[in-house]
Amino acid sequence: MLGLYLLAMVLLPLAGFFVARSRAGAIVATHGAAVHSRPNYHGLLTAAVGFLPMLAVLVVVGPTVAKYAVSTGLSHFPAEQIADPTARGALMRDMISLSRGDHAGGAGDALRAASAAFATASRLGGWLVLVLGVVAGAVGAWLAIRRIDVDFRARNHFERIVKYVLLLAATVAVLTTVGIVLSVAFETMQFFSKVPPLDFLFGLEWSPQTAIRADQVGSSGAFGIVPLVTGTLLITVIAMFIAGPIGLFAAIYMAEYASPRVRGIAKPILEILAGVPTVVLGFFAALTVAPIIRQIGQMAGLSVASESALAAGLVMGMMIIPFVSSLSDDVINAVPQSLRDGSYALGATKSETIERVVLPAALPGIVSAMMLAISRAIGETMIVVMAAGLAANLTFNPLEAVTTFTVQIKTILVGDQEFDSAKTLAAFALGFVLFFFTLFLNVIAMKIVKKYREQYD
Amino acid sequence: MDAHVDNTTRNIVDTKPKVTARDVNVYYGEKHALKNVSIDVPERSVMAFIGPSGCGKSTFLRCINRMNDTIPICRVTGEIKVDDRDIHDPKLDVVQLRARIGMVFQKPNPFPKSIWDNVAYGPRLHGLATSKADLDAIVEDSLTKAGLWKEVKDRLQDSGTGLSGGQQQRLCIARAIAVDPEVILMDEPCSALDPIATAHIEELIDHLRSRFTIIIVTHSMQQASRVSQRTAFFHLGNLVEEGSTEQIFTNPHETRTQDYITGRFG
Amino acid sequence: MTDATMMDVAPTRRIDFDSAAAQNRVKARYRAEARFRAYGIAALVVTTLFLVMLLGDVLIKGLPAFWQHSLTLEVSVAAADVDPQGTGRPEVLRAGDYTAIVRRTLSDRFPEAKSRQDRKLLFGLLSSGATDVLRDRVVADPSLVGKTVRVPVLLSDDVDLYFKGASTKIVDRAGRGILTASAATGEITVSSTSNDFADELVAIKKSVKVRADAMSTEADRLAAVVHDMAADIETVEKSLAAARSSGDAAAVERAEKDVANRRTDLAAMQAKVTENRDAARELTRRFDDPKTPETLDASLPSLLVAMNGGLVKITRLGDVSFQGRVLLPLKSTADAAAGSWKLVTYQTPEANRRVTDQEIAWLEALRADGVVTNAFNTAFFTTGDSREAELAGIRGALVGTALTLLVTLAICLPLGVAAAIYLEEFAPKNRVTDLIEVNINNLAAVPSIVFGLLGLAVFLNFFDLPRSAPVVGGLVLALLVMPTIIIASRAALKAVPPSIKEAALGVGASHQQAIFHHVLPLALPGIMTGTIIGMAHALGETAPLLMIGMVAFIVDVPGSITEAATVLPVQIYLWSDLPEVAFQSKTAAAIIVLLGFLFVMNGTAIWLRKKFERRW
Repeated sequence: MLGLYLLAMVLLPLAGFFVARSRAGAIVATHGAAVHSRPNYHGLLTAAVGFLPMLAVLVVVGPTVAKYAVSTGLSHFPAEQIADPTARGALMRDMISLSRGDHAGGAGDALRAASAAFATASRLGGWLVLVLGVVAGAVGAWLAIRRIDVDFRARNHFERIVKYVLLLAATVAVLTTVGIVLSVAFETMQFFSKVPPLDFLFGLEWSPQTAIRADQVGSSGAFGIVPLVTGTLLITVIAMFIAGPIGLFAAIYMAEYASPRVRGIAKPILEILAGVPTVVLGFFAALTVAPIIRQIGQMAGLSVASESALAAGLVMGMMIIPFVSSLSDDVINAVPQSLRDGSYALGATKSETIERVVLPAALPGIVSAMMLAISRAIGETMIVVMAAGLAANLTFNPLEAVTTFTVQIKTILVGDQEFDSAKTLAAFALGFVLFFFTLFLNVIAMKIVKKYREQYD
Repeated sequence: MDAHVDNTTRNIVDTKPKVTARDVNVYYGEKHALKNVSIDVPERSVMAFIGPSGCGKSTFLRCINRMNDTIPICRVTGEIKVDDRDIHDPKLDVVQLRARIGMVFQKPNPFPKSIWDNVAYGPRLHGLATSKADLDAIVEDSLTKAGLWKEVKDRLQDSGTGLSGGQQQRLCIARAIAVDPEVILMDEPCSALDPIATAHIEELIDHLRSRFTIIIVTHSMQQASRVSQRTAFFHLGNLVEEGSTEQIFTNPHETRTQDYITGRFG
Repeated sequence: MTDATMMDVAPTRRIDFDSAAAQNRVKARYRAEARFRAYGIAALVVTTLFLVMLLGDVLIKGLPAFWQHSLTLEVSVAAADVDPQGTGRPEVLRAGDYTAIVRRTLSDRFPEAKSRQDRKLLFGLLSSGATDVLRDRVVADPSLVGKTVRVPVLLSDDVDLYFKGASTKIVDRAGRGILTASAATGEITVSSTSNDFADELVAIKKSVKVRADAMSTEADRLAAVVHDMAADIETVEKSLAAARSSGDAAAVERAEKDVANRRTDLAAMQAKVTENRDAARELTRRFDDPKTPETLDASLPSLLVAMNGGLVKITRLGDVSFQGRVLLPLKSTADAAAGSWKLVTYQTPEANRRVTDQEIAWLEALRADGVVTNAFNTAFFTTGDSREAELAGIRGALVGTALTLLVTLAICLPLGVAAAIYLEEFAPKNRVTDLIEVNINNLAAVPSIVFGLLGLAVFLNFFDLPRSAPVVGGLVLALLVMPTIIIASRAALKAVPPSIKEAALGVGASHQQAIFHHVLPLALPGIMTGTIIGMAHALGETAPLLMIGMVAFIVDVPGSITEAATVLPVQIYLWSDLPEVAFQSKTAAAIIVLLGFLFVMNGTAIWLRKKFERRW
């Protein structure tokens, strides 16, 4: 059904284009160059005005019709069954797959009835959308063709449409942010109605539980995020301990000392490291680095967890190095050469010039780079999922296992969820905190860079 | 053509020259920027380098404190001596050389630090003074000599980049003389300044020459005649003529010199 | 302005150049310079080393997975197993009992494996998919029924790892004496005329001594603990006496309980100490008598004797004789001459291996038969996921990735370029535009898992889109990658000199015509480069896709963008979680494939950038 509609969405505007263009061509034949817009533009305008309504119908009416079909089908199941979101999802899947003909396993009467109802409603709805869309498109196209005339400013109209389409595309970014904020905020509000915000923000114990049955009491679980904060902090600090100095010194060396040949080798190496997916780094951290650290620890007589914060932090640090290095490289290169010349002329060595003049001048940019790196470390998921633990351990010992925000979000939400339980909502609350905290860091980092850029303009 | 040195006439103190250069050539990669320059600079005087743009005067200036070393493709040959010591001697430390030869640049380049920190930068670097009291004295002395003290003495912690163009340049001069160098090189120090600031700087140079040997590169002949005692004219990488300022401007020996000062070219 | 007289004052300071202190100072400054430089080089070196270790680790772990071991067996396709009625129909042939055929071939080769345990062990050498090739061949060509077919039979993942050398090293040396065996099968005794086994016996005795020492040390440690506990009891007894004298009944009761508990604990600990010391003594006694035979257990390397065409595993070792169990039957019980038999050591103890001694015996026999082959593992690319490591492939993940990236590209390329054109060419400088730009810059730095939350809440829950489907994954990744494409496209558009647009306007083109006909084509290489880089980024993303459910165990290859699928990074993550050692290798192999794709994509982007780098 969808395929048919998409085909119509291509054919109808195309037809409109050719009809309009030939019409306009006829007018050119009689009036010559006095025509305001070339025939192609008449064609394009017609095509656009035919296409857009069809798209609108698809995007607005389509989902409504689909939802209606689903609920019609599901109404064949008892109400209690579909009240539970997980069961509802499973039933919906079964219903859809049975209607498609690739359902494995048997099917009860209710399922068959639901599936049949769904199929019928789907089909009817599909035709409805198709008819609506085609009619809308045809009307639009006809309106455009009707206006074809010598003085009709088809090009201007078309260009105006183009401009609004482009504007719409640009607002997708805003829509995305709005979407993120809304989706996260909504669930977070629900969460705070179950768990008090102060417990959440300052609670020292994190063990999210879910009431299996509605009447289960005392299984509300503990939702205090302080162990998560310390865990995230611990791993981030270890990572920045590594990435900060190494990234900065790599940038300094490449910007101030390295010959073009060395730069030609070092830059690609950093770019390759930057391109390694985090799941690969997580694999390396969990299966190679963590055991090595464990062995070294055992040889030294220390007890090291198999999922130590040190292993995760170390690999995360190495991941961030290219990030720090490239940002620092930019700001160091932005420091004007005249400052360096002034320092050399006073008899300073290169390292003294860098330490006393270049780095202080680049300091805002470097601080900003570090903040962005910290933000990156906090938001990182795969390395910690694979190499750090699930235990919400409140400790600052890097040899122990800790857990982070991202690990908890992933653990809670992967697998079946009920969307009302405090446990699932907790994941969104975590996402809320994560999003706004990284946003905060990013905004401050960018403000610093902006202020700093003014200094040199 | 070739360099022609005329330093038999000396109107100033008849002592050994502070800076001597013999057969200096500079190459930027393939480009031969400076050709066989030989010249003597007398001490405690102001010598001006004049000539059209691209003639090599700034390049030669930068040879004297080996600033050309910071440019990888630049190659310098020939002999340059300061106080009779070869500055390219491997045993000579370039860092110390630059402490004895100060430089002021075309565009004022104060560090984005406080005025006090700017001036104290050199002395701290070379271990001239460590206590705050000593450094304060040096800062006050340098700023006074640069003619800036009265204007900034109440705001030494303000950023050096917040001053006006002329003040910034005087700050750079104060910074340069804070380590009490023997020679000061000035590369078109007034070209980014307005006439009033320029006048201040020129007056300053005149006072400084009783203590320092000054070489100033300038594209303004009027400035050269106001400020210097000896003048050297560069053209296309050659040192064409050198002599007392009065002689160069009233009675040049070379045709090219004559053409330049009468405005035929450049 | 300046005080001229100040100039004439004698120099108040001159930098000290010549004194020794000054020289030292300068030297120190140059040393600091060298150090600083060294830090920079060290930073680059450390980073390079890390990358090399990472890639090396992945390659070392993953390359072996591209080859797999099979047995090439001559099997007779008995009609009775496959098609008893002789119908020749494909469904019947497909359902035939090929496992029985293959197993029969194996047990014919090793007839001594009679007990149920032994047969289970023997057949366990094969993969559960061992008969797939045979089945496919017979179904394709029914005339094979009743004939003998030479066919590759896939081995299990542990056997594959064994042949790749992961399990143990095998060393042997020739025997000096003449061996006499008591029987050819079962539990036997073998004696030698020379003390061939003395060295091994000594080594075992040494390990016994090590264990004895460890137990002694442990006993000493426990004794110290006992000592501390005794001291604690004294202290508690003192407070008990104090409580008694104060007459506090509750405190007395508590203290008495405490004392009693501590006494029990002490006794237990003391027993442990005695236990350890006794064991240590016994072990030391054994060590002190070099001739006492030792029983070998699974914690020691395995010792075997290859004699008379068979293999005996030593269970109890003396210096000139041993008791053992026959793994491969001896061809005769005649005396084995000196030098005709070997003492074989499997260096990794059986307890630390995944293949037992008996299995190794059979495998080495098969290897000696010449039937073990190592072939390139094309199945890795042509089959989907499986619970068995040797059968698992990435085809499903590859198709899923392709579908998802297709959706991503289809959405974010037009939208991203359109947005970039708007922001560069049309947007007025007002608050709305600022808001849009700020949003784009922020989105570029949002953690990827948050996009997963968005996908979960909006696409799955609100729009009811199918879970785990490439269409949802593609949507989420498109939103994630779009800021990158917008920023790259804007840079590409900005790089086109304004003179080109002005020239177009000068000949009468409208603003839009100038943009779309002149500026955009020139910016295209930059846009394509940015798109490829964005796609490469999307290719490696895992976390957001986990959120929208692309984690299911998907065996079938997805056929459309609305069917459940998984992507390669998620497949890698899932496999890395599995306990079987063989999956580690597969995971690394999948990583190699993923990195290969990324390498090609980024390389293309760089090549494009260089090729179309125009110097305006």
